[in-house]
Amino acid sequence: MSESATDRLSRLLALVPWLLAHQGVPLHAAAEEFGIDEEQLVKDLELLFVCGLPGHMPDDLIEADWEDGVVYLANADVISRPLRLGVDEALALIVGLRALADVPGLGDRDAVTRALAKLEAAAGDAAAGAESMRVDLPRDAGAAVVTACEDALRRGRRLHLGYLVPHRDETTERDVDPMRLLHLDGHWYLEGWCHRAEAVRMFRLDRVVDVRVLDVDGTPPATARSRDLDAGLFAAGPGDAVVTLRLSPRARWVVDYYPVEAVDTLPDGALLVRMRTGDTAWLLQLVLRLGGAATVLDPPALAQDVVASARAALTAYSSS
Amino acid sequence: MSTAKTERLLNLVICLLSTRRPLSKSQIRQAVPQYASTGGSPSATEAFERMFERDKDELRELGIPIVTSTQDPLFGDEQGYRVDREAYALPEVHLEPDELAVVGLASRVWQQASLAGPAALALTKLKALGAPQDDGSLIGLEPRVLTSEPAFEALWAAVRDGVPVRFTYRTASTGAVGVRTVEPWAVTSWHGRWYLAANDRDRDAPRMFRLSRVEGEVRPAGRPGEYQVPEGAAAEVLAGRDAESSGGSARVRVREGAGQLLRRRAGAIDASGADDGWHELVVPYDDVEVLAEELVTHGPRVVVLDPPALRDAVVRRLQGVLEAAVA
Repeated sequence: MSESATDRLSRLLALVPWLLAHQGVPLHAAAEEFGIDEEQLVKDLELLFVCGLPGHMPDDLIEADWEDGVVYLANADVISRPLRLGVDEALALIVGLRALADVPGLGDRDAVTRALAKLEAAAGDAAAGAESMRVDLPRDAGAAVVTACEDALRRGRRLHLGYLVPHRDETTERDVDPMRLLHLDGHWYLEGWCHRAEAVRMFRLDRVVDVRVLDVDGTPPATARSRDLDAGLFAAGPGDAVVTLRLSPRARWVVDYYPVEAVDTLPDGALLVRMRTGDTAWLLQLVLRLGGAATVLDPPALAQDVVASARAALTAYSSS
Repeated sequence: MSTAKTERLLNLVICLLSTRRPLSKSQIRQAVPQYASTGGSPSATEAFERMFERDKDELRELGIPIVTSTQDPLFGDEQGYRVDREAYALPEVHLEPDELAVVGLASRVWQQASLAGPAALALTKLKALGAPQDDGSLIGLEPRVLTSEPAFEALWAAVRDGVPVRFTYRTASTGAVGVRTVEPWAVTSWHGRWYLAANDRDRDAPRMFRLSRVEGEVRPAGRPGEYQVPEGAAAEVLAGRDAESSGGSARVRVREGAGQLLRRRAGAIDASGADDGWHELVVPYDDVEVLAEELVTHGPRVVVLDPPALRDAVVRRLQGVLEAAVA
């Protein structure tokens, strides 16, 4: 077991008050609340069972009963209240709430303000740490779009979107059954079942030019699965085009932002990067944007497109 | 091993919380079975005392307020220990269902980040106070923040504990790598990236560092608390991270049908010359370089008219692309 004794202790000191406040809770629900499996929860209960007041006579020990798959706890008055919030704990909630408060249209602003005041009061000294961390969620999406998405999610309604596809530079009209509204990598996204693509799609909210909540049930089909975002947003699919780029040190951040298959460091500090993409149009834009810090080595056709595009663009400036 | 230690620590916490009077070390030794079983020989007593000292430190690190007192006449010079229940316990917080919902949302901000554990535990503590059920109104919202930069944990710990640190840093503009020694003030996530505000000791001036440009390990370069964060300084550096921006309005020519995002932001669209297939837009911006990055992605379909600085920034990028491609 890799968990340290103090980490486990801090869970136990939260587990006891929580179980006292939720008598008769099923084992699986308690385990889920604490992010552990049932086996670990039973081990925790077995440990509590042998602890208690000095003297350690049967009357002194914590009583724990989980025989019928539901948990009852008693005789734990001394630790019946949770330990104060630690610095990291207070900070995580306070910084999180402050970030939410700054996003127009997200959540209930009034509830955020009330909750913040109560938490800051309860956290006491631990709240001071929150001054040294700040999270800015982007505000580029527009309150109306955020509010419409949130409303559709809550009421299970379908959305109609006017959505701009940047690498094609055109606005598309689609009906979407919303699944999640999420912030990632500095942008807001709506994930949902797109009826036009008949697939799960991610829509960047600052590219939504028009939004309407439809009076139609918006439950996505049972087959719709949220994308696993642990690997990043731009998950590659098999059979996609393979592109090889040379990135100078100034463009190294590309590796952090897009999934790359292989990275080699060249003697001059540049990176040789291989990535997959379903559509090379956005890569063309990326290379232009990097202004020489990235070059396409393969495929040659993409390399030629980059040169042709830059040359054509420069002609407009050559006269002056 | 871990189970035995957790048991010992838990019994110690209960013991110190349950007493009104400070307990001497020998009383504690008798009260906690895992200490009592260490035996009575002098070497065993020494072992107990070392163990107790370590345990006491670890509990304090968890935030358990162990009070030491020498005032009690019972012990003479000997120290007594106890935990004050009011200082230990989280004060009552009565959250309404809608408040608990937003606090839950705030804790989910960290779901994929290094503060996920503390955020979840804090929420559970609040629920243990008998808070009502989350009303479920915010399901499907995931305002997550990632802390994928390897340096995050070490730098945040340094900020929190006030420890000077040293790290290798790659400067954005030149790509030059150098060692920096700094007094960390604050960390901030902005546009999805983490930054450190710190006093750079070698330059004796406040600086912002992007965490993704920190290479290798972050090492301590001093003792906790050996520097002071000047009042309000961190906020000032954080607010000034875009102080070098050079906002204004740009005039650009855009091909008919192109530049949809630009058109949305444009204050005025002059289509008088539309028969030549071009529109003229006035686009507000905060930063010349940022707008140039966006405009250049349109290739020949967008041409900058004004200001010259923006025009130069776009031309510089296009020439850079050509030079790199030919090289």
